[in-house]
Amino acid sequence: MEYHLKTPITREEVLKLRSGDTVYISGTVITLRDDGHKRYTEEKERPGISLEGIPVYHCGPIMKRTAGGYEALSAGPTTSMRMEKYEADFIRRSGTTFIIGKGGMGPKTQEACVRYGAVHGIFPGGCAAVAASCIKETQQVIWEDLGMPEAMWVLRVEEFGPVLVNIDACGGDYMSAKMKEYKENDAKAQGKG
Amino acid sequence: MDKIGGRRDKPGGVGKEAGMTAGGLVLLLEKLIGRMAACPSDDVLSRLEEMQKQETEENAAAIYGCMFKNLEISRSTGRPFCQDTGILHFYVKAGASFGLLGGLNEILVNAAQSASASVPLRPNAIMPFTDKNTGNNIGPCSPYIHWEITDGDAAEITVYMAGGGSSLPGFARVLTPSQGYGAIEDLVADTVRTAGVNSCPPLIVGVGIGPSMDIAAELSKKALLRDCGSKNPEANARAMEERLFERLNNMKLGPGGTGGSESVLAVNVEAAVHHPATLAMAVSFGCWATRKGILVIDGDGTAKVLSHSGFNAD
Repeated sequence: MEYHLKTPITREEVLKLRSGDTVYISGTVITLRDDGHKRYTEEKERPGISLEGIPVYHCGPIMKRTAGGYEALSAGPTTSMRMEKYEADFIRRSGTTFIIGKGGMGPKTQEACVRYGAVHGIFPGGCAAVAASCIKETQQVIWEDLGMPEAMWVLRVEEFGPVLVNIDACGGDYMSAKMKEYKENDAKAQGKG
Repeated sequence: MDKIGGRRDKPGGVGKEAGMTAGGLVLLLEKLIGRMAACPSDDVLSRLEEMQKQETEENAAAIYGCMFKNLEISRSTGRPFCQDTGILHFYVKAGASFGLLGGLNEILVNAAQSASASVPLRPNAIMPFTDKNTGNNIGPCSPYIHWEITDGDAAEITVYMAGGGSSLPGFARVLTPSQGYGAIEDLVADTVRTAGVNSCPPLIVGVGIGPSMDIAAELSKKALLRDCGSKNPEANARAMEERLFERLNNMKLGPGGTGGSESVLAVNVEAAVHHPATLAMAVSFGCWATRKGILVIDGDGTAKVLSHSGFNAD
């Protein structure tokens, strides 16, 4: 199924999504990586904006300073698994319903998605120019002291996608199933060899 | 073509007329880095096109579509197709009589710094221990420069942008010779299977074999930077490349690691001697849009880019 969602994305909307669906998002999205997750969950700092229903994009963009603020030049996804350590706690405390990155995530995030009603989606890795073309405005930068890649960039996006639903809120986990499949493919081929 | 080396008695000016200066080479490298950020090398691009044509799964075909749309946007805007423009590496093979050899270290650092501002590249150099971003991609071992001094007066500079996603699953281990070459292949396969999806497949897989970890790791990077369609001239290494190519493709990681018909752009193996007591291996990954640029400066001063057709070195 293909969905076109507007932020804030509610739990009711997220519960409809299933692993393997494709989503395009319009509205406000924030970027956040390792240091920002750490600051939020371990150091318990707050960005001063509500993240309820706001998608969190694992991305460290290239931003260019313009007369009026910042422009996103290149903004593809980064490896989501690095945020596994923080994500369950982040989902619980922030009220976000949608995590976006690349590759799979682990069991703690999967459990949090089911418990709190959230999903993890995958944006095609390396497609940073496509992602940047969906970003229409940089609304705010928070925690800029973390440096360009790690800062929290608050972005207005239109039809941001394609985002493949990986972990859904009902126990589905696309990448875990795929990883099992890759192992079986290799075992089968080696067995034959 | 730019002239390097000749007519340095005439001071001032950069370009054909005055002969190339250090500043001219900085500008040329800066331009090449900008091109690399917006366009993969010819060999990577043609193999990617081939894989797209061969893809039979619908979801995977859609991701290839997104990748080529991405490259098209970058081609028309000049913007980096991946936001992670990596840590810059320069692999220098310079003749001992190459005219600019003495100042080359400074030239490369200046090129990295100016490209960071002009392309722009993402600031990725994080200071050890303080974890502060230097802001301009310059710091200890950044850019990373690898030197190889040869005979003659020419130079070949291979530029590589090592992204975090590709570098993260890097793996090295020192085995005993009795564990054998099959164990090396199993470790490569396991690394690709468990961590390859995060490196933006289809991947270039570089495998290095040698007497110790550092030599194996260095060779794995050399293998990664070899031409995508090339084969190791030595029969046993070539056979390992072929076995691994088939084995890894059989896993069917697909573009982006979300499943498809194949997994890898290429598998390249580079091997050195090993010690009677050690058999070290290492594996390095390159992503579907591995950013590599090769600049050759001939002894007569002619500069030529081998990696990107249509690149005007003037």
